[in-house]
Amino acid sequence: MTTAVDRIAIKAKERPGDRIFSTATVVAGSLILAVLAAVAIFLFVQSVPAFMAAPDDFKGDFSNFWSYVAPLAFGTIWSAFLALLMAVPVAIAVALFISHFAPRKLAQGLGYLIDLLAAVPSVVFGLWGIGVLAPLVQPFYASLVEWFGWFPLFAGPVSGTGRTIFTVAIVLAVMVLPIITAICREIFLQTPVLYEEASLALGATRWEMITMAVLPFGRAGIISAAMLGLGRALGETMAVAMVLSPSPQILFQLFTSQNPTTIAANIALNFPEAHGVGVNILLATGLVLFVITLIVNMIARVIINRRKAFSGAN
Amino acid sequence: MNLMRIGRPAVIAIAAALVLSSCASNETPASTGSDEPAESTLSGTLNAAGASSQGSAQEAWISAFQTANTGVTINYDPSGSGAGRETFIAGGSDFAGSDSYLNDDELAGTFASCAPDTLAVDLPVYISPIAVIFNIDGVDELNLDADTLAKIFKGDITTWNDPAIAALNADATLPATAITAVHRSDDSGTTKNFSDYLNQVAPTVWTEKPADPFPYQTGEGAQGTSGVVDAVTNGVGTIGYADASRAGDLGVAKIKVGDEFVEYTAEAAAAVVDGSPLVEGRADNDLAIKLDRLTDDATHYPLVLVSYAIVCEEYADAAQGELVKEYVSYMASADGQAEAAASAGAAPLSEDLQAKVAAVLETVK
Repeated sequence: MTTAVDRIAIKAKERPGDRIFSTATVVAGSLILAVLAAVAIFLFVQSVPAFMAAPDDFKGDFSNFWSYVAPLAFGTIWSAFLALLMAVPVAIAVALFISHFAPRKLAQGLGYLIDLLAAVPSVVFGLWGIGVLAPLVQPFYASLVEWFGWFPLFAGPVSGTGRTIFTVAIVLAVMVLPIITAICREIFLQTPVLYEEASLALGATRWEMITMAVLPFGRAGIISAAMLGLGRALGETMAVAMVLSPSPQILFQLFTSQNPTTIAANIALNFPEAHGVGVNILLATGLVLFVITLIVNMIARVIINRRKAFSGAN
Repeated sequence: MNLMRIGRPAVIAIAAALVLSSCASNETPASTGSDEPAESTLSGTLNAAGASSQGSAQEAWISAFQTANTGVTINYDPSGSGAGRETFIAGGSDFAGSDSYLNDDELAGTFASCAPDTLAVDLPVYISPIAVIFNIDGVDELNLDADTLAKIFKGDITTWNDPAIAALNADATLPATAITAVHRSDDSGTTKNFSDYLNQVAPTVWTEKPADPFPYQTGEGAQGTSGVVDAVTNGVGTIGYADASRAGDLGVAKIKVGDEFVEYTAEAAAAVVDGSPLVEGRADNDLAIKLDRLTDDATHYPLVLVSYAIVCEEYADAAQGELVKEYVSYMASADGQAEAAASAGAAPLSEDLQAKVAAVLETVK
C-alpha cells in the first residue's frame, strides 16, 4: 500500500532536482546534435571554394578536387581495411581466450593489460613505428619482395626504411586491438550459459561449443566492435603521418616507398604551411573523411539492426 | 574528512601552479638587469609570421632580445613563407620571415603596414647549409655531383653500385643495395632550395621548377627534418637532405663544385652567399640575393638556404618602425648571428653582409 502512495506522490510533485536533471539531459542531447551540425556546416561552407579550385591550386598534377582526393580516400580505406584484417582475428582469439579458456586470475590481468594498450597515445605508437617496428620488419619485406615479388601486392622495389603502408597497418592494428578485444570479451561473456551447457551436454567439444553457441550469438557484437575499431583506424592521424612515406597515387603494393596516404595524415602534414585555397582544399578532404566515416557507421548500424535478436546490446 | 585530506594539497598545488605560471617568458628576474649597460627604453609588441626554417633561430633571438628589452614582446608565427608574406602584405604583421624574396607582382602592389607609396625590402638574416646525408653499410665517404644527385632523387639511379656513382667514388666499395631516397613529405623551404640547386646545376635531369613540395612521385617521404633524419638513420641504403645542423653522426656527402668535392661548412655556406650577386632590377636597398649555385669556387658550398626578413622602408606607425629596426638589427648583428649559430645551427652572415643589412636598416623609419 505504502509504495503505491509514494509513487502517486512523486508523480504529483516534481522536485527541482527532477526538473534540473531532465533539462540537463535534454540540453546535453541537443548539444551533441548542434555540435555535429556545426561541424558539418563549417566543413561544407569551407569546402565550396575547393570544389571549384583551379588545377594550379593543387600541389602536384591534379586537374580537379576529385582527382586530388581519390588517392587519399583510397589510402584511408585501404590502410584501415588492412589493419582490421590483422586486428579482428587476433582480437576475437584474445577475447575468447580471456572469456572461455584462461584461468580466472590470468584473464583478469590480461584484460587490464589490453585496456592499458588503449590508453597509449597515438604519437607514442608513431614513434614506436618509426624507431622500432619499421627497421625490424624491413628485412622481412625485402625477402618477401625478393621471393614473392611476382604477386602484385608484394611487387617491388622494396622500401629501404620499412615505412610502408603495411607497417602503418600493423601500427593501426595494434591501436584498434584493445577496442575490439574489450567489446568482444564483454559480448562473449554474455552468451547465455544455458546455450553453452546445452551444447556441451549434447557432446560438443569446447571448440564446437564456441563455434555453435558463442560466435553466432556474438556475431553482431563482433561486427559493431570491428566498426568501432574501423572508426579509430580511419581517423588516425599522427601515427600515420609519422610512419608513412606518402605519395599521391592509388597503389596496392604493400612494401614500396610510394604509398597512398590517408586523409587525416595528409591534413596534418600540409595544414601548417597551407594558405589561401589550399586551406579550403584540405578542409574539403576533411569533409570527404566525414562522409566516409558516416557511411561506415551507417553500414554498421544496418548490419547490427538486421541481427538485432543476437546483439549484445539487449 | 576525506575531502579535506585531498582538498588541502590540491589547493596548494593549484596555488603553486598559478604563481609559477604567472611568470611570463619576457619578464626577467631583476638580477640580469644589472648586467645591462643601460636600461632599454623600447616597449611595444611586434607580430611577425613566416618561414618555419628560421623558426628556431627566431625563438632564440626573441628570448635574447626580450631579455635585453623587457618592455618588448615579440611573437613569431612559423606559418610558412607564403603565408608569412601574405599576412605581411595584408598588414597583419610587422615583418615577415620568408625563404624567398618578394616577387615582382608582390612588389608592384601595396603593403598595408607601410607608409603610403613606400615599398618593402628583403634582408637576408638566416643562412643554413643543406646537407646530403646517407646511410650505406661500409661507406663512410661519398662524392656526388649534381647530375648524379638529381638522378638518385628522381629515381633514375636505383642501386648504390651504379656506374655513375662508382665513377665518382673510385676508393669506396659500393654495395649492390637498392637506393631509398628520402625527401620531405611536408612543404618545406629546404625542399625548394634543394630543388633549385638541382634545377640550376643539373637542368637536363631535374626539369621541375623549384617549389615547396617535392616535385617527383618517387622515393620516400618523411615528415619534417627530424622525420627525414630518422628515416635515413634507421633505413638501409638511404640518402636524404636536411638542414646541416641536424645531420648528427650520419655520413654527409660531398658535392661537386668546379672540379673538387666540397663538404659543407658554415664558412663555405656564408661564402657562397657573400659571393653571390644581388637580384638585378630592384631597389638599391633591397638585398635579395641571386644565389650563385653554379659557382666553381671550391671554397663555396652552393647547396644553402637563405631566409629573409621582409620589412617596410617606412612604417605607417613610426613606433613600430623603430621596434622592427631594433629587432632586425639585432638579428643581423654579430651577436644575433652567433646566437642563431649556437641554437639553430645556422651559418653566420659574413661581416660584409652584416654591414650591408645594417646600412639598409639605418634608413628604415
